[in-house]
Amino acid sequence: MLNYILRRILYAFPILVGVNLITFFLFFVVNTPDDMARMQLGMKHVTPEAVENWKQERGYDRPLFWDDTASGVGVVSETLLFIESTKLFRFDFGVADDGRDIGKDIRERMGPSLAIAVPTFIIGLMTNITFALLMVFFRASYLELSGVVLTVVLMSISGLFYIIGGQFVVGKLMHLVPISGYESGLGAFRFVVLPVAIGVISGIGSGVRWYRTIFLEEMGKDYVRTARAKGLSEGRVLFHHVLRNAMIPILTGAVVVLPLLFMGSLITESFFGIPGLGSYTIEAINAQDFAIVRAMVFLGAVLYIIGLLLTDLSYTLVDPRVRLS
Amino acid sequence: MALLLGSVAPYLSAANWNSPYSQQGVEEQVLYSSFSGRPKHLDPARSYSSNEYTFIGQIYEPPLQYHYLKRPYQLEPLGAAEMPVVTYLDRQGEPLPADASTEQIAYSVYEIRVREGAKYQPHPAFVPVDEVVLEQVEQLSDFPQQGSRALMADDYIYQIKRLAHPATHSPIFGLMTEYIVGLQALRDQLKEARKQHPEQWLDLRKFPLDGVERVDDRTYRIKVKGKYPQFLYWLAMPFFAPMPWEVEQFYERPQLKEKNITLDWYPVGSGPFMLTVNNPNRKMVLERNPNYHADFYPTEGEPEDREQGLLADAGQPIPFLDRIEFSLEKETIPYWNKFLQGYYDASGISSDSFDQAVQLSGSGEAQLTPDMEAQGMRLQTSVSTSIYYMGFNMADTVIGGTDERARKLRQAISIAVDYEEYISIFANGRGIPAQSPLPAGIFGHQTGEQGVNPVVYRWESGKPVRRSLDEAKQLLVEAGYPNGRDAESGKPLTLYFDVTASGPDDKARMDWYRKQFEKIDLQLVIRNTDYNRFQDKMLNGSAQIYLWGWNADYPDPENFLFLLYGPNAKMEKNGENASNYSNPQFDQLFEQMKNMENSPERQQVIEKMTTILHNDAPWLWGFHPKNFGLYHHWYRNTKPNLMANNTLKYARVDSAERTQKRGEWNQPVLWPLWGGVVLMMVLIVPAWLGIRRREQQSLRKEVS
Repeated sequence: MLNYILRRILYAFPILVGVNLITFFLFFVVNTPDDMARMQLGMKHVTPEAVENWKQERGYDRPLFWDDTASGVGVVSETLLFIESTKLFRFDFGVADDGRDIGKDIRERMGPSLAIAVPTFIIGLMTNITFALLMVFFRASYLELSGVVLTVVLMSISGLFYIIGGQFVVGKLMHLVPISGYESGLGAFRFVVLPVAIGVISGIGSGVRWYRTIFLEEMGKDYVRTARAKGLSEGRVLFHHVLRNAMIPILTGAVVVLPLLFMGSLITESFFGIPGLGSYTIEAINAQDFAIVRAMVFLGAVLYIIGLLLTDLSYTLVDPRVRLS
Repeated sequence: MALLLGSVAPYLSAANWNSPYSQQGVEEQVLYSSFSGRPKHLDPARSYSSNEYTFIGQIYEPPLQYHYLKRPYQLEPLGAAEMPVVTYLDRQGEPLPADASTEQIAYSVYEIRVREGAKYQPHPAFVPVDEVVLEQVEQLSDFPQQGSRALMADDYIYQIKRLAHPATHSPIFGLMTEYIVGLQALRDQLKEARKQHPEQWLDLRKFPLDGVERVDDRTYRIKVKGKYPQFLYWLAMPFFAPMPWEVEQFYERPQLKEKNITLDWYPVGSGPFMLTVNNPNRKMVLERNPNYHADFYPTEGEPEDREQGLLADAGQPIPFLDRIEFSLEKETIPYWNKFLQGYYDASGISSDSFDQAVQLSGSGEAQLTPDMEAQGMRLQTSVSTSIYYMGFNMADTVIGGTDERARKLRQAISIAVDYEEYISIFANGRGIPAQSPLPAGIFGHQTGEQGVNPVVYRWESGKPVRRSLDEAKQLLVEAGYPNGRDAESGKPLTLYFDVTASGPDDKARMDWYRKQFEKIDLQLVIRNTDYNRFQDKMLNGSAQIYLWGWNADYPDPENFLFLLYGPNAKMEKNGENASNYSNPQFDQLFEQMKNMENSPERQQVIEKMTTILHNDAPWLWGFHPKNFGLYHHWYRNTKPNLMANNTLKYARVDSAERTQKRGEWNQPVLWPLWGGVVLMMVLIVPAWLGIRRREQQSLRKEVS
């Protein structure tokens, strides 16, 4: 298994180089360093000298991909791509265009994102699986039919509606929790209750239907018939045997998103005033802050690779037949 | 679980479960406000946005400020002991009389005496720093020792030098090089020094600046090229606030930079407040500066100020507030709801909540809805010193130029595009159709018949009436475009509108513009582009019609009319004249007007300039936006001041009233919770019984 992990880590390097290259290329196709300078310097009284000065101070006066003026390896190593990429691979994200250290900002904003994303993920997963199993338990009854209708209705409602409606009912009409805001430490609890509840409820529709499909597929298999023939109760068949055997597709969907929970949720964080990472990348794209964009894309790619690796590893835990080689 | 309950218990025992703040009960003088996006810069040499000025305006004290209550806007000393004394010099450096002509004046020297007794806020930069402590600190408050010192003339000089520092990226450096003697030479020196020692802090005290002279500890002089009366307005902006050299040196330490503790994020000033919590991702807190000098609420204002209670605190020491909390609030809906719950003290009015807050009376006057009045709110409106306009590129071969054909085409469009309708549809009536570049409150702006643009309006029954479409079409005929077609070629005239329209409302807005042009049979093609390409088009002059805006730097007509001054053309000079308009007669009058004091003579010159602009129609004058602000009853001493950015020191809140109202408005409503529990039971119990029944059925089947 160790060899497998090492090999996967080595595979990750060319992927990350590719991601980084594409990020550079796409960003600079849309935004030239002059555009970035003008965006940062504002609308008023911006002179060509100020633009040049800004580029020089930030290193954007260097060639992007190829330096004709250099010799030897310098044609590559004296470029913006090389210099900035080598820093990224050392996880040195540098400073944003507004002068703030990106690594520190990410570390600060990661906590609030996780405070929302982790409970939403865990409670959501448990809720969805439980409801899906119950629907399978009551299959072909009015309860299942009602459940299917309800989940379709829940799926059809926009996520934004859940947020605004939840804030309106729970925060504004019932006055139970703050409409938005955040505090660090345990004080965060009352601020995350509503976004977590909304996150769970808004995910029930699609989640329950997905897991129900998986469980129904399992229900037709021979081992279920065998279990029943052995006299096991329906509940034990479902919650013990079917659930365990359905773990591979569940893990495929669930484990891969675990590392990405760090990245936060744009809309939820924006509406609830959660100072997380959700809006960090979007704000950077709008502000044409390339330092943040490349750092976040790189981090996203790393986390996704970790997620895929964890998924593979988790298969071996739930299915002894799976061997990684 | 115990910890969790422990954290929640204080809130559940408090009156307001939904309070977003940790403090409960009657508080000190605290103002609650918000910010929608993190400020980019808080360095006074660099910051130039209103959202940044909200913070640094309360922290830094430039030499001058605007009187809070008096109108028209009036400058008064702030960091200076009195208004600067101006001396004019000729080319030989000899003094000239105060009434010397502009041509004679080679230099203006502003002598400024610094206020006595002013000290900086407590800050670790003013005491020796322990290197061990430096490694351990995470924020400024972690430093065990903080010091202060008195303001000196050297600090003001240091800040002016910072404008030239290449790493500061001051937005006014380019502009100031045209005026402050030696600023460009200082920049060149600093650039060279940085090349030699790129990582080293540059002590600007060692670099001379010809245009700034230290007279004594508390007096300094600034030498400005020619006559530039508007320079006084710049002295009321944070660009010219004092900066102690120790502070710049303190923040240059790499251990602090990597923790985001920089001068750009942790301002150090002598103003009424200091930034004590600086988390731009969540919350910013200003607290009263214990070292703030004696300052008092104004004793004079406009005649109606007294009856509105704005002079009730006259002569009282300020600031009244102990703390101002700004919370990050990106979305308008949660902000509005929290304002209604009393958790924010003031609010603007977004389009979403406009109908809920404001209704228009029969005479078109905005007033609060009964619900808002019942909550004791106050509505204050003011016409902004800004303009949003539609510009024509005067370098364009079809729409531009000063020949009769193009001029009449532009005039016809000016009549057709109905900005009254635009304001009504897209701005909820919050705007005033512009008659010239000058908004209300700026010298030269005229009201009534005299102020009306005669090309677009007639004066009928005491009010301006937009000219008819027939008149616009007649102008098109005279321009050689009968029925919107070129009289020679017979081809329909197609015009191009370059915009950056990416918002959700923009489609409707663009359709509206297209329809306005269709009214006189002109075809308008919308060329939607991103911000970068739009900037490129404006710079190389390839846009034909565009939208633009301007917000006043200072309350002087020069700051608006220079937007149409020929030598400021964007295309060739990269200036602010986005239309590339050039009319020698207008330019000559501008040069005459810009150095004049506000007087009847200056008014006459402005009228001549306005007449030229009306006739040439390089812009469709668009509108001046109207600001609507809602204030809770407990928030006192609020008067819109569109020029001053340090107004929070005058604000006062009645904390007891606020606490009482918050309690009344936010009682927890629990019955739906119990209803929910019952509903859950109704759903769960039959399900549970169903499960039991099914299990028993299975057993029975097996037994049988």
